[in-house]
Amino acid sequence: MSNWLDAVLVLLMLTSLWLLGSSRLQACIRAVALQGALLGLIPLLSKWPDISLRLGAVAVVSMVIKAVVLPALLRRAVREVNVRNEVEPLVGFTTSLLLGIALWGIATHIAGRLPVDVPGLSPLLVPVAIFTVLCGFLLIVSRNTAVMQVIGYLGLENGIYVFGWAFAIEEPLLVEMGVLLDVFVAVFVMGITIHHLSREFDSIETDELASLKD
Amino acid sequence: MGLFGVGLMVLIGGGFLSLGLSKTPKTAAAVACFTAVGGSLLVLVGGLAVLCSGSPVEVRFAWHVPFGSCSFGLDPLSCVFVLPIAAVVAVAAVYGREYLEHSCRPSMIGVSWFFFNLLAATMLLVVAARNGLLFLVCWEAMSLASFFLVMSDYEREEVRRAGWIYLAATHLGTSLLLVLFLLLGRKSGSLDFDQFSSEPALAGTLFVLALVGFGTKAGFIPVHVWLPEAHPAAPSHVSAVMSGVMIKTGIYGLLRTLTFLGQPPAWWGWTLVGIGAASGILGILFALSQRDLKRLLAYSSVENIGIIALGLGTGLLGITHRVPAMAALGLLGALVHVLNHALFKGLLFLGAGAVQHGAATRELDRLGGLLKRMPVTGATFLVGACAVCGLPPLNGFLSELLIYLGVLAGVAEQRAAVSWAMLCVLVIGTLALVGGFAAVCFTKAFGAVFLGEPRSDASRHAHEVGPAMRYSLVTLAAACVLVALSAPLWPLVFRSAALTIVPATFRAETAAAAGRATVPLAAAAAAFLAFLAASGVLAAVRKRLLAGRRIDRGPTWDCGYAAPTARMQYTASSYTGPLVVLFRMFVRPRVDLRPPEGLFPIRGRYASQVPDLFREYFFGPVFAGIAWVASRLRWLQQGRIQLYVLYIALTVLVLLVWKLG
Repeated sequence: MSNWLDAVLVLLMLTSLWLLGSSRLQACIRAVALQGALLGLIPLLSKWPDISLRLGAVAVVSMVIKAVVLPALLRRAVREVNVRNEVEPLVGFTTSLLLGIALWGIATHIAGRLPVDVPGLSPLLVPVAIFTVLCGFLLIVSRNTAVMQVIGYLGLENGIYVFGWAFAIEEPLLVEMGVLLDVFVAVFVMGITIHHLSREFDSIETDELASLKD
Repeated sequence: MGLFGVGLMVLIGGGFLSLGLSKTPKTAAAVACFTAVGGSLLVLVGGLAVLCSGSPVEVRFAWHVPFGSCSFGLDPLSCVFVLPIAAVVAVAAVYGREYLEHSCRPSMIGVSWFFFNLLAATMLLVVAARNGLLFLVCWEAMSLASFFLVMSDYEREEVRRAGWIYLAATHLGTSLLLVLFLLLGRKSGSLDFDQFSSEPALAGTLFVLALVGFGTKAGFIPVHVWLPEAHPAAPSHVSAVMSGVMIKTGIYGLLRTLTFLGQPPAWWGWTLVGIGAASGILGILFALSQRDLKRLLAYSSVENIGIIALGLGTGLLGITHRVPAMAALGLLGALVHVLNHALFKGLLFLGAGAVQHGAATRELDRLGGLLKRMPVTGATFLVGACAVCGLPPLNGFLSELLIYLGVLAGVAEQRAAVSWAMLCVLVIGTLALVGGFAAVCFTKAFGAVFLGEPRSDASRHAHEVGPAMRYSLVTLAAACVLVALSAPLWPLVFRSAALTIVPATFRAETAAAAGRATVPLAAAAAAFLAFLAASGVLAAVRKRLLAGRRIDRGPTWDCGYAAPTARMQYTASSYTGPLVVLFRMFVRPRVDLRPPEGLFPIRGRYASQVPDLFREYFFGPVFAGIAWVASRLRWLQQGRIQLYVLYIALTVLVLLVWKLG
């Protein structure tokens, strides 16, 4: 199944680039939902064909949460604040894509030197994980609307999740619970931030928060 | 261990239940109070069973955290601390139910009880934890629960300040403990207590880390600064728990660490004696210059922790120089004082809460004459005050007697070396000096609050507190007397706990010496009984003589004037004035004096306050310096989320590249 796994990993990488290049919030939410669905496939594919009930349950639950629940929450947030596009990103979309390619280089460089010693691991897994994390960081840093920052945060956590599969085979449940809890808290907090931002400043640009600095 | 576990479950469950019930404050308080009392009693029985049988128990659960293991155990040393924790928590819970009803907003009662039960449970978990990581988690939970309790009255500026000081102090202490445990577990690669060991070269460093880290919680001078801030700020039943037992977890931690470190060199004992002397003398000097009753009690806790440190130091010196009587009596004195201080300081803080509740102030110079208005509070406070001064028919005397005997045994043993004897005499002198100052301090406190005429309207209209609060005061006062009367029992009960600190090669002699300690204590208990009997007889004689005669009741203090005012009385500050002036070097009162001028003076003014020496001249400047450096770095803080995340991302990248590049 390693071919299928590699295909999924390449798709993951492409969705990250899609996130970097798109200005429409709806498209970005769709991309992050797709990423969530792909993530759910990784444990199934890497363990195929001996899938335990627990593994299956974990994969299904994470898919439902990452591909259905969280994107639905985001869509509702976007509908409520009535914002469609990321208008003025701090770093432009083309530049973001170019930076993304540079990040891919950094990711493969780091992954090559990381002492990963897990037998039967796809050589793409660690670079893609690091790349997804770095793209998440880049999104948070370069975008202005709070929704895009939440999406960046989700991307970052997705990367950590992939990374978790490379290392934490013995203690998978711990990592999963931790990651899901993180994501939940993040979306929760950012949801509140978005809500209050749009109410206070009539916009969801986090730049407005700088006026709160004392 | 079974009862102990069930008791803990009851405590924690009750806490969460009262949090859930916070919409109905009365029910929440009832549930929490009931579970706190029930849980503590279960724990108490479990602890006593282990203490009497002397055989430690341990349980271990799986815990999927690196280096962590969920192992709990009870050995005699833990049980010595379980005993006062459970007792004080149970009494404070009964008291707190009535106290909070009058002094806390109804919406906050559920939350307050949640943290109270959590504090009780985490204190017990701290003394039962048998893994470094688990210990730190419980320790941190305990600190946070007590922090939120200190912040109960968060709308007041000074309470918030006290809370932040406490939080900073406790975290600085914990950071040292983290290093301590990592170093202890380095050799075996495990943080389980039974795997801990220290390399001889590191033992000194480890001792200092434990001394400062645990000493911050215990309140050794100079890291005591949070005590006089946090204890007055918390609700009174919480102050009783914090001052009576929570600070003792610091002593527990220090003792537990000593069991890992092996044979103590002489300088450990002398360091502890020095810290004990400094904490004792300075603590009581600061206490007697305070005007706020609870602040005074907080400083007195510093003094009592100093006495415990003196006992420990004496015990360690006994171990180092192989004087069995000195080792046994010093350690026993320290451990018994842990129990005694929990009882009488709990009593005094609850009494201070009753005064505040009845007379609406804690300012000594606005109180007075409360003995007539609050007889039960007054009488029980008097018992507590006598106990804290170490006066004979009460429990405070026992522990100090043990320490005195321990030092004297040291003097007798090493007759040859003059310098050694001199140092021992110095310890005795310190203890005596501290006892004398304590007597001044508490005659001041009791005299200003309960005797004379009321100094304000509020204290003129003071009223006795309700039955639950009265019963808890009487219970603790009775416990103080009972502990004193059962004096010969305590060396036997606490002996196995003291022996855990003694190296195995020296254990048999020390155990024998501890057994011999019952003889002087039995004599003391007999004298107590005789004293009480004589007092009873005298009281009966007095009653008989007065029977059928007219008894007049007049004003307490009219000083020969026709129309005296309460302001003509001795004030608390004037009572201790001479001593404060004598020790100006340490106490440094800040006086604002505008004397009356001219032949017909209209107004004059005198105000004095005593800031904490160490906060004013050491911690204040240090933290101001840190704040100055931090303010130089303000340009880093631009208020943009993007920039903050960029800092994180860059740090991660630099670390990755640096480590792997």
